[in-house]
Amino acid sequence: MADSKKKNKTPEQQQYEKFEQKYETKRPVLKNCIKAFFVGGFICMIGQLISYFYIYFFHFTEQTSSNPTTATVIFLSMLLTGFGIYDRLGQFAGAGSAVPVSGFGNSIISAAIEHRTEGFVLGVGGNIFKLAGSVILFGVFSAFVVALIKTIFIMMTGGF
Amino acid sequence: MLQGKQSWVFQNHPVIKATGVSGGPFEANGMLADDFDILHDDLWMGKTSYEQAHRILLEEAAQTALKKAETKPEDTQFFLAGDLINQITPSSFAARDLKIPYFGLFGACSTSMEGLALASFMVNYQGANNVLTGASSHNAAVEKQFRYPTEYGGQKPPTAQWTVTGAGVALITKNQSNEQLPYTTSATIGKVVDMGLADPFNMGGAMAPAAADTILTHFQDLNLDPSHYDLIVTGDLGKIGRETAIGLLKEKGLAIDENKMKDCGLLIYTNEQPVQSGGSGAGCSATVLYGHLLNEMKKGMYKRILLVATGALLSPLTVQQNESIPCIAHAVSIEI
Repeated sequence: MADSKKKNKTPEQQQYEKFEQKYETKRPVLKNCIKAFFVGGFICMIGQLISYFYIYFFHFTEQTSSNPTTATVIFLSMLLTGFGIYDRLGQFAGAGSAVPVSGFGNSIISAAIEHRTEGFVLGVGGNIFKLAGSVILFGVFSAFVVALIKTIFIMMTGGF
Repeated sequence: MLQGKQSWVFQNHPVIKATGVSGGPFEANGMLADDFDILHDDLWMGKTSYEQAHRILLEEAAQTALKKAETKPEDTQFFLAGDLINQITPSSFAARDLKIPYFGLFGACSTSMEGLALASFMVNYQGANNVLTGASSHNAAVEKQFRYPTEYGGQKPPTAQWTVTGAGVALITKNQSNEQLPYTTSATIGKVVDMGLADPFNMGGAMAPAAADTILTHFQDLNLDPSHYDLIVTGDLGKIGRETAIGLLKEKGLAIDENKMKDCGLLIYTNEQPVQSGGSGAGCSATVLYGHLLNEMKKGMYKRILLVATGALLSPLTVQQNESIPCIAHAVSIEI
């Protein structure tokens, strides 16, 4: 798409694009990656601790503990969103706080808070999945495709 | 009087009789807190929605300007205002309560100078005795419309800018008192310039060519050179846009002393505030000009300034449809 965009630009516009890039502050990609690695890892470590908590105190197994763990992490991220902390964490950590499931919780609750003034049905209800909707759609769809590939593979190789 | 291609000269010198400037909590912690008339410590401003709070900002600024000028709303012929919200409802709703005949303007962040140019034109040619003009923006209301929900933890790139919560309103009147007041002398209306940039998180870079175009045209139309002004102030180009604009002007053969070229988006906040490339929004140039800059002029710091308010004429829809960002800039010169 970047190519088709470039084609539509006049030579003058392309020249300006190059000129402007000299003045642009670039994203500090390496620094962002390191921050995302540590914050994302830290969030996952908390998730792991919660998971052990459910296994040792509530007789969940390693397989079944993932559901209550996910719910707890989402709940915590919702609290942090409501208190106005998560967006600051997001500016610092980038993908580190967006990729774990807590980022999913943040995208839902932030939209719900934002549209509360438009009422519960059309405001909160209609907008709560504004950002998370595409995660759900493409998440479910890609899970379906992967499961399909796996099923075909098993059928063809006889479970080998 | 029309001079050159697209500039007006106001030979009767319409006066900026009084101004009102309101702001939010983030501006209260900024560089120019002392230049605001009203500062709120809460983004909600006692209202139940950010859009209502946005309207309150403008109303309070308008009422402050009228009060300081000892002018009644009934004696004010027109109110020219605009903002960034869909269908400019905060401005129109404020006009409903002010009960002053109203022109709703949209020039994105250039609205402040669009209004000042039109108001000066009206007063200069006896179309009105008193005209109220202003622009406003509210960080949370604007972010909600143009970007993600305010509490969403997305990472903004270093080219992004911070929308100012604030309103700046001025009352423009005929030049009749002996008091030394700032007055407008000329205005250059900009044309829409689109240099093909499409990143909504880099508005400064997109707007710089529009600012450079208007500044160049202003000097050509009026046969002036940059030394005529003590200060040339752009609206909300931010760090990247300002440097790009200076570079563009240099390339076109107009050398401006970098110390004389300021930007409202860089003046309003401290370096410690997390605003990336600087402030922006319709309220940015309005609050900085009608508050800080006019105060400095009254103190005798500057005699002649040129304010070039820049606007990015995009909508969230055009961004998603991958359109580039058309931009505009209007310039008004103010003397004391």
